[in-house]
Amino acid sequence: MNKREKIIEVHDLVKRFGKFEANKHLTFDVNRGEIFGFLGANGAGKTTAIRILCGLSKPTSGSVRVAGIDVNKNPEAVKKRIGYMSQSFSLYNDLTVKENFRFYGGVYGLSNKEIRERTAFFLDKLKMASFENMLLSKIPLGWKQKLAFSVADIHRPDIIFLDEPTGGVDPITRRQFWEMIYEASDNGTTVFVTTHYMDEAEYCERVSIMSEGEIKALGTPHDLKEDYKVDNMNDVFLRIARNVE
Amino acid sequence: MWAFIKKEFLYIFRDYRTMIILFGMPLAQIILFGFAITNDINNAHIAILDNSKDVVTREITRKLLSSHYFILDRYLKTDKEIKPAFQKGEIKEVVVFQKDFAQKIKTEGIAHVQLILDASDPNTANILNSYTEGIINTYVLHKLAGEGGIPLKVNIQSTMLYNKELKSVFMFVPGIITVILMLVSAMMTSITIVREKELGTMEALLVSPVKPNIIILGKVVPYVVLSFVNLAIILLLSQFVFGMPIRGSVLLLLAESLLFLIMSLSLGILISTVSKTQQQAMMLSMFALMLPTILLSGFIFPIENMPVVLQLLSDIMPGKWFIIIIKNIMLKGLGITYFWKETLIIFFMTLLLVVMSIKKFKIRLE
Repeated sequence: MNKREKIIEVHDLVKRFGKFEANKHLTFDVNRGEIFGFLGANGAGKTTAIRILCGLSKPTSGSVRVAGIDVNKNPEAVKKRIGYMSQSFSLYNDLTVKENFRFYGGVYGLSNKEIRERTAFFLDKLKMASFENMLLSKIPLGWKQKLAFSVADIHRPDIIFLDEPTGGVDPITRRQFWEMIYEASDNGTTVFVTTHYMDEAEYCERVSIMSEGEIKALGTPHDLKEDYKVDNMNDVFLRIARNVE
Repeated sequence: MWAFIKKEFLYIFRDYRTMIILFGMPLAQIILFGFAITNDINNAHIAILDNSKDVVTREITRKLLSSHYFILDRYLKTDKEIKPAFQKGEIKEVVVFQKDFAQKIKTEGIAHVQLILDASDPNTANILNSYTEGIINTYVLHKLAGEGGIPLKVNIQSTMLYNKELKSVFMFVPGIITVILMLVSAMMTSITIVREKELGTMEALLVSPVKPNIIILGKVVPYVVLSFVNLAIILLLSQFVFGMPIRGSVLLLLAESLLFLIMSLSLGILISTVSKTQQQAMMLSMFALMLPTILLSGFIFPIENMPVVLQLLSDIMPGKWFIIIIKNIMLKGLGITYFWKETLIIFFMTLLLVVMSIKKFKIRLE
């Protein structure tokens, strides 16, 4: 594992809002091509950390390197190397499938030719070519979600950040969605995912569990289960949450 | 950048509700204000009770009726007929000439005309009153005084410059332009920006390499274009349907409108930074912008008649200054030298708002 290239390096990251410490001395690495689960209860400081990683927010102290670039010094360069998909899927409902690809392709500065190729590639992969001119609002949630993931991947980023991507989606679609994540990971794309579903945590190569602004546990799901002597991630999560109280 | 503008246009044209607001509003407003809420009165039915029936009263009667404001319903014979005449409801005004009218003018220099008006509709009554007074006064001045007769007592002399017939369209058009520009730019931009926040797409855009300024610019440019289309519609309608002239420079009018637009847009951005939902943005722009602009800018209610506190408040309404500018250009045909102060005021308001909205937007990113 250590031989792999490190794509995210976070060292002693602190973020304060006034007196409140949202992130207390976070230190962790993510390897290239890894699927990294970033877990934690609501208000644990996950969102704050992700915003910093994406260059939307500046850390109070500590160093953060994403794709080898110091986020603090050069957030714009980092933004070109990452893709992002949030819970709300970040697509436009009043645009067609094709127009959504076009728009985000344009946002990431792809040429018209590239946009056409990538759009065709993804629509073919998802078997959705016949829907390219359909308004997004007419498309079922599960498909929208897959489209959103493809759109986040349109500019071949090094890392894709997924912020609770599977909210409100049925288990079968969720499973299919994870297959897309695996495929991206096999192609060398790092996937950084937050989720509330502990069964999804099992799919990750490594997970970190945050609570009260700190990383309480970090490791492969297998190791974590052994450490806490339980047989699923849900129990690991509950143990950590309970220790806090 | 281009991708943004194209997307925004696609979005606007797809959403028929937005389209209706954007283009229906100016049309509806100008037609409402122009036709329905008009203060102009044509062909009002009047009755005349001529107790004198001499040369002068006949001539005045003829003058009144030859204006297109009045239609003679009938002649009355006695005072007693006045009341029933009004009760029927068709007659809006009765003109009563005193006995020996011409005689009195000659000997005493003063004669009386009594105007009785149906004030159940006070506006109409007021306007008819001033029409009649105007016609009689003109007649008296030109005809009698001009002949070098005895100086006459004239009670009212009103001069209506620029809008001799008190055409209300002339009053409303500048106000409508102001309100529409404000509405379209401030309300629509704040709503669309907040919509992106709600959708979560704003987040996705902020994570992208596109600079925040470009994102905002991309959102704002389409509304500038649409506002200009609206402006053109209003101007064309008011010119060809209502005969409102543009006496000054069209270019200057457009330039001033652009300045006002930029101000409204930054107001919209400011609103978007403080509101969380589209409804909130809408309410804010309605109550914080629309109502004060309509009520305090002099659009409908004259500022001079307001209490001092409200007059001071009206000074911080950008709309007030803009209306003055438009009136100066369109009705008086004046150049920038006559209203550089107002322009400067709007300019500084714009500067302040642009700086504030950019700052506010940046803070949100932190």
